[in-house]
Amino acid sequence: MYRLIAAFCLICLPAFASEEQVVLGLSQDRVAITANFDGSEILIFGAVKREAPIPAGPPLEVIVSVVGPSKPVTVRRKEKKFGIWVNVDSVLVDSAPSFYAVATSAPFDDIITDTEDLRYRISIERAIRSVGAAMHIRGAQEFADAVIRIREAEDLYSIRENTVAVDQQTLFRTSIEMPADLTEGDYVARIFLTRGGEVVSQLETTIDVRKVGLERFLYNMSREQPIWYGLMSLVIAIAAGWGASTAFRMLREN
Amino acid sequence: MQIYLPIAEVSVNAFLLFGLGGMVGILSGMFGVGGGFLMTPLLFFIGIPPAVAVATEANQIVASSFSGVLAHFRRKTVDLRMGTVLLIGGLTGAALGVVVFNYLKSLGQVDLLVKLCYVVFLGIIGSLMFIESLNALRKSRRADASPPKRRQRGWIHAMPFKMRFRTSGLYISVIPPLVVGLFVGVLSAIMGVGGGFIMVPAMIYLLGMPTKVVVGTSLFQIIFVTAFTTMLHATTNYTVDVVLAVLLLVGGVVGAQIGTVIGARMPAEQLRVLLAALVLVVCSKLALDLLLQPSELFSLGDGGGH
Repeated sequence: MYRLIAAFCLICLPAFASEEQVVLGLSQDRVAITANFDGSEILIFGAVKREAPIPAGPPLEVIVSVVGPSKPVTVRRKEKKFGIWVNVDSVLVDSAPSFYAVATSAPFDDIITDTEDLRYRISIERAIRSVGAAMHIRGAQEFADAVIRIREAEDLYSIRENTVAVDQQTLFRTSIEMPADLTEGDYVARIFLTRGGEVVSQLETTIDVRKVGLERFLYNMSREQPIWYGLMSLVIAIAAGWGASTAFRMLREN
Repeated sequence: MQIYLPIAEVSVNAFLLFGLGGMVGILSGMFGVGGGFLMTPLLFFIGIPPAVAVATEANQIVASSFSGVLAHFRRKTVDLRMGTVLLIGGLTGAALGVVVFNYLKSLGQVDLLVKLCYVVFLGIIGSLMFIESLNALRKSRRADASPPKRRQRGWIHAMPFKMRFRTSGLYISVIPPLVVGLFVGVLSAIMGVGGGFIMVPAMIYLLGMPTKVVVGTSLFQIIFVTAFTTMLHATTNYTVDVVLAVLLLVGGVVGAQIGTVIGARMPAEQLRVLLAALVLVVCSKLALDLLLQPSELFSLGDGGGH
């Protein structure tokens, strides 16, 4: 009987000790892609709410990840055929996030265990690998690696270790830079608190990334009324071309 | 100043686009060519997706040819009848070209097709022009001013469905112009060019049209074919970026005016050697991309979008 109670307490203990919750703030919960949009920086900050004093043991660490909307991606591989490099085979990755940034308060491997990473799919490799259902082709891993490699080179995927500042194990803040070539959609920001490699608390919130104004109007029109969009493009281009040449000729004649 | 292009979904420097438009505009003014065959590869190089570059360039060509054709109408150097026959071929060709384009896009081979077309045509045209203009230069040095003999065009005269083209002073079968138009239409859809660099030599050497009506008539045909191509790309691929087109255009139109002034002060043979050299440079850059091992063997594309 005592044994049972002791075991029960042991099970409850970690949960009890992790009575720590995230309270979150964002500098902005929407990103507007305007005509002169050249990237954005989002400040993510917050505090840890707890009823009990700060637990002893390993310090509190914070991981922040921001994930863009996922889309299927066709990955193609080139091979030399007839002397030139051509696409020979392709793998459809069911969904890969268009943007993925992870910021941590210490080196990634030190603050979260592999099992926890696997469970919450935090690191880039885990996030991508978990989605490829069509990965039955041999060597498909190469294709998944290529997605990560190419997007890392374009700054769309990144892991930024030691960029979350934690004060007194209570306050934390970080800023996530988003590049200019963003796809629109709902971006999910996830915040994980870890102690000794275990996730003790997590929170999710969305950041709305949208084209606005002229960008929104043109994009919608090109998809919903392609005929009118095409005609409008022609008229605008002809008017601009004719206007510019007339203006220039008048300038030269005067 | 960065500008976010709504359809291409990339952010580029607006001044870079003005500059590119202006540079290609100067060249097109100097040499009297449309410049599409230079602009489209340049857009590839600065990172515009090839499908968007091709479709947008078609839109830009319509606009930049428009003021040109107005001037030719005023001078009455447009053969409307010949233009219409070329146009019928051209529209059919453009429709065919877009079908081929979309089919290869679904196979993931569209980049290859576009680049191969560029390498082949720029290579052929560039080499021919280079040889021909070098010969012309040598001749003008020797002051040997005997006019070239008009070639016999027996096989063209033997074809049926003859038609009289008054402005050009020709009585020939409609089949050769239809075929020329068709061919140029296909190229316009696949390569995002007007096709003047193919059509003008074809009209002079193949159809035997007088030089003074050639440019006006080809511009007339180009406007309608590229407008049709623009509409096809806009409705089937959604790849026409009007912001990109306007930015390129403004630079291009101003550049063209400057180029015309420069061109008028340079001897014609030397201009042609320069143009030929330029065409060959662009061609070899594209050819090298295909021949050398790329640093990244993998590429990403839209998934399941067909």
